[in-house]
Amino acid sequence: MASFESVDVKEGVDQETIDAVREVGGAYKYGWETDIEMEYAPKGLDAAIVKLISEKNNEPEWMTDWRLKAFNRWEKIKEPKWSMVNYPEINFQDQYYYARPKSMAEKPKSLDEVDPKLLATYDKLGIPLKEQMLLAGVEANEEVEKGERKVAVDAVFDSVSVGTTFQKELKNAGVIFCSISEAIREHPELVKKYLGSVVPITDNYYATLNSAVFSDGSFVYIPPGVRCPMELSTYFRINAENTGQFERTLIIADKGSYVSYLEGCTAPKRDTAQLHAAVVEIIVEEDAEVKYSTVQNWFPGDEDGNGGIYNFVTKRADCRGYRSKVMWTQVETGSAVTWKYPSCILRGEESQGEFYSIAITNNHQQADTGTKMVHLGKNSKSRIVSKGISAGFAQNTYRGLVSMHPRAKSSRNYTQCDSLLIGDKCGAHTVPYIEVKNNSSRVEHEATTSKVDDDQLFYCRQRGMDEEEAVALVVNGFCKDVLQALPMEFAMEAQQLVAISLEGSVG
Amino acid sequence: MLNIKDLRVNLEDENKEILKGVDLTVDAGKVHAIMGPNGSGKSTLSYVLSGKEGYEVTHGSIVLNDSDILEMEPEERAAAGLFLAFQYPVEIPGVGNMTFLRTAVNAQRKARGEKEISATDFLKQVRERASSLQIDAEMLKRPVNVGFSGGEKKRNEILQMAMLEPKMCILDETDSGLDVDAMKLVAKGVNSLRDNGRGFLVITHYQRLLDHIKPDVVHIMADGKIVKSGGPELALEVENNGYSDILSEVA
Repeated sequence: MASFESVDVKEGVDQETIDAVREVGGAYKYGWETDIEMEYAPKGLDAAIVKLISEKNNEPEWMTDWRLKAFNRWEKIKEPKWSMVNYPEINFQDQYYYARPKSMAEKPKSLDEVDPKLLATYDKLGIPLKEQMLLAGVEANEEVEKGERKVAVDAVFDSVSVGTTFQKELKNAGVIFCSISEAIREHPELVKKYLGSVVPITDNYYATLNSAVFSDGSFVYIPPGVRCPMELSTYFRINAENTGQFERTLIIADKGSYVSYLEGCTAPKRDTAQLHAAVVEIIVEEDAEVKYSTVQNWFPGDEDGNGGIYNFVTKRADCRGYRSKVMWTQVETGSAVTWKYPSCILRGEESQGEFYSIAITNNHQQADTGTKMVHLGKNSKSRIVSKGISAGFAQNTYRGLVSMHPRAKSSRNYTQCDSLLIGDKCGAHTVPYIEVKNNSSRVEHEATTSKVDDDQLFYCRQRGMDEEEAVALVVNGFCKDVLQALPMEFAMEAQQLVAISLEGSVG
Repeated sequence: MLNIKDLRVNLEDENKEILKGVDLTVDAGKVHAIMGPNGSGKSTLSYVLSGKEGYEVTHGSIVLNDSDILEMEPEERAAAGLFLAFQYPVEIPGVGNMTFLRTAVNAQRKARGEKEISATDFLKQVRERASSLQIDAEMLKRPVNVGFSGGEKKRNEILQMAMLEPKMCILDETDSGLDVDAMKLVAKGVNSLRDNGRGFLVITHYQRLLDHIKPDVVHIMADGKIVKSGGPELALEVENNGYSDILSEVA
């Protein structure tokens, strides 16, 4: 769709119609904000703020000390500059590190007690926090029978989790699914054992920062032999202005267990950039399997590149056990700047790591994203399928590491990196790093770059599709391998997102 | 049905005139064939009719069923009933043939203010129409034209035509690259779509396609103009004597 500003208003068309059309066609659907009374920690970051966050969460001393250790380290290290993204220097002292709705000062005992304004927020986002059957934002289509699958949701609003659904039903199955702050209080033995064991506090600048100031996030524990009875999901919403969101997710899949976990994110439209630095740690024991799917739709900034979320995320899975398996699937359509490399440490023999990614950048968005597959165990396997799509003035980089250690004999990797360009002012880059330290492993890398072809678009239009629909069809075709890896609900949402995020990229 | 008047067209980039005053009327129910040597402007005519970018219409008009289509976008022309079977059908990786067809059918229905076709009705129709073109289920699942043989591509074009039920069908050298059997199959598909409400414009180099799709009128195009029109016997004359006789005759 051409920009609405350039459209002449025809006679007989009233403002309401124009607004309605604008809303339907408008690019970012989630850019509104919730007017709610908030409580902030003072601006800036020092040891006192770290202690305050810990105190707000009623944390035990060991947790406070852990945070302070991270903070002390963070003060000594520098922001990394090696990625292919440009952004103005972030003033870390000009941010709020903790913001929660006042009504959450006393944690509601059940969802019924949660502030209706917060419930309405998630309702508007299409995530009603009633224990509904489907993760909404996604309408049940004719192929999906209603009620076929359940999705439990942990809803995180700025710095706090406002509630988690289906807890009782999950508890009956032995699954623990709650906010991380609750887990620190209720299940300290698990948190102590696993927190920081995959992404240590020394890992990298943003992970260290997160370790010091993370306020909430989700915690999942699947006991041995349990197949989680429903999909689990966390929905992150940034609402407050000038506030960073630092969430921490910890997922433990014990021996022989299985879980599929979904993550969604949105934020209001603002002309100042906002910081998001999350850490996700996944531990996969023997014969266990974890699927982790993300649809990242943070506000990408406006057409001129103002505002948007700076997304610096560390996600890593540690496949510790024999035949353990992890699959990362991500659809990245949002954020002004994305710096994110969901990785797999393939420690167990015959362990498997998979990474499927679609990264779409339009206007002035920049993405530097990819994965690391570190093969330590014998006969371990990994597969990487990355699809980068650039439009407007955007820059899209795939950066990936495949490392075969000496002990990882007879291991295999297959990497496929495809880039698609729309227009001639955007860029696509592929930066693969490959290290092989044994002579029985095999690494394959394929990369392609193509353009959305005028002939393809004309062909589609001759058959009756408009230009936007034609682009969406061609791009969805390009992304098919990855879309297929998503759970059904997400796949449909992702297909629509692909179309929405490319609006205005042609013509 | 289709009415082209004194159509003059330049190549946008080169300011070079390709069509130099084409007049043509195709009535509903009729099959018109256009023959002509390479570079005479036949394919350009099909692109200009369907609204491809890169051409500048400097003069004349194209009217389809009382609407001037020159101001319309390609998709609007399609919804108005204009269909072009491409000489070189385009490949679209990752998009299933069936998905493509359904998206196209529903896009046109939507544009005409009609309801979307139900999944079951659609499936039924596709299967029916595909089988008469000897297109199997596997070919319907494969990505649009990817890895299709020349014959498969052309049959797929005719299947799209059958599903979209256009009013005015343009076939741009649909016989190129086909062996005799494939050509018969394509011709059979086209013939089954012939009816009183539908017009055809068949662009071809050779008479042989016209043995199978019998035209009502044959036009000879040369240097951007229709230089001679007549009945099916005109195509035979070309077959026997080549274009040079006709061209020298009209020169």
